[in-house]
Amino acid sequence: MMDVLQFEFMRNAVMAGVLASIICGVIGTLIVVNRLVFLSGGVAHCAYGGVGMAFFFGWPYMIGAVGFSLVAALVMAAVSLRSKQRADTIIGVMWAVGMASGILLLDMTPGYNVDLMSYLFGSILSVPQSELFAMAGIGALIFLLIAYFFKDLLVMSYDEEFALVRGVPVKRLYYMLIGIVAITVVMVVQVVGLILVIALLTIPPYIAEKYTKSLLQMMLLSCCFGMLFTIGGLLISYTYDLTSGAAIIFLAGIVFFLSLLLDRLLLYRKKLVMIRSHEEEGQRRLE
Amino acid sequence: MSEPIIEITDLCFSYSGKEVLHSIDLTVYERDFVAIIGPNGGGKTTLIKLVLGLLKPTRGTIMIRNRPPRSNDTTLGYVPQQIDHNLSFPATALDIVLMGKHNPDRRRFFGDAKEDRQEALWALEKMGIVEVADRKITDLSGGQRQRVLIARALVSRPELLVLDEPTASIDTKGQKDFYNLLRELNDTLTILMVSHDLLTIASYAKSIACVNKRLHYHQTFESSGDLLNAFYSCSVEEICPVTSVSRNPQAKQTAGGRGE
Repeated sequence: MMDVLQFEFMRNAVMAGVLASIICGVIGTLIVVNRLVFLSGGVAHCAYGGVGMAFFFGWPYMIGAVGFSLVAALVMAAVSLRSKQRADTIIGVMWAVGMASGILLLDMTPGYNVDLMSYLFGSILSVPQSELFAMAGIGALIFLLIAYFFKDLLVMSYDEEFALVRGVPVKRLYYMLIGIVAITVVMVVQVVGLILVIALLTIPPYIAEKYTKSLLQMMLLSCCFGMLFTIGGLLISYTYDLTSGAAIIFLAGIVFFLSLLLDRLLLYRKKLVMIRSHEEEGQRRLE
Repeated sequence: MSEPIIEITDLCFSYSGKEVLHSIDLTVYERDFVAIIGPNGGGKTTLIKLVLGLLKPTRGTIMIRNRPPRSNDTTLGYVPQQIDHNLSFPATALDIVLMGKHNPDRRRFFGDAKEDRQEALWALEKMGIVEVADRKITDLSGGQRQRVLIARALVSRPELLVLDEPTASIDTKGQKDFYNLLRELNDTLTILMVSHDLLTIASYAKSIACVNKRLHYHQTFESSGDLLNAFYSCSVEEICPVTSVSRNPQAKQTAGGRGE
């Protein structure tokens, strides 16, 4: 395993994977408990419109993508606060239109362009060091913000109405959370690709939720799962010469289904214990 | 009589052009147990939300202990209607109760204050479920979860407990225990509760407020006949003279004319 790390690109890939896992573990936990998975998917796809705009107008990539997805995310947040029943539809529309406009804008831009595949699956094996630093820096800022508002986010995530009664600024916090989601997604997409971001945002927190007793534990366990998946997936892709992003997601998917199977087994064992104790009691009565 | 805790005068509330509540007057005194009844869409939950300060009145005033409703008011404890909406949330019973102690104006970076934990355990003790403090909410029964939510409301030591259809998801035996508990709490607390359940209201509530856009208040009721009347005055408007008269100004004139 160690000889893999002698290559610089591999070291950078592992670092990128670990950083993405930590950021996605923390933000993904908040996304899952607040049921924002679909919205996050919408933001992630919409951001491609920003990529198109950045290339078309010759802006820096980050400004285009972050600006566009922030605006899209805040519109989605406003829609889901105002008309809850049809929020998913509106998000679906923005999802599709954002992505399409990105492709059209790139079509109209002369010269060399990023292609869709690299946006979808990223290129974790060719992450430059500068992007790792950027990711670590922005990640640290986001963590500070979340640590400061942690209790408010906790109370809001469990019961929005009660949070309002307690004086938690729910609306502002909701916008903040979705803004953070937008920035996270754009930043991590650039490194590991859109599909992997959605996988890392949802699969580790979902598994972690079942085995933890608090939001903080859930975040920590999600980070661990994320790191396991990214490093394991990288190893698999290196050993068998497979696409890295897909290998990571596939590993995560296998663990996801294994955890479902484990739940079933645990439930079955509980049932067996119960049946046995009933039988024993019956025996005793007979005697 | 004792001091008034809620004073509502001439309260109107409209939502997107539709009047939900019209000209409501209500005074609730200390240690009263008010059941709010009325048809669906009659404005019961809206009235509760106005009292909690989650909505602002279009006209009129609400005073709670001589102050308008505001958030983070410790005189007020709130128990919501739905208790199963976020079941797999990773939190223990104690964590949920501690949420009732949360004060956004005094944030703590890590963990909870020792006194707060003590208070939360006290609230769980009072609800008789201190033994499940460390269990995850997923693993609790519906009745236990309901008690956790009451503990969460009690932990800020309120004078007034506001409940919105609290027993919607508990079985009959659980409901009886639950109402006995409320009666006990009523010795020291004022209770304002939305309910549909005639039987429990008959045996536990002290007064009834019928809300159907307007409010018809019965400070006391003697027999189940009174109760039925109160109930019908809500759902069948024509039967209740007060509602029908105030609804229709012309009828008021004729009624008044005949009376004189």
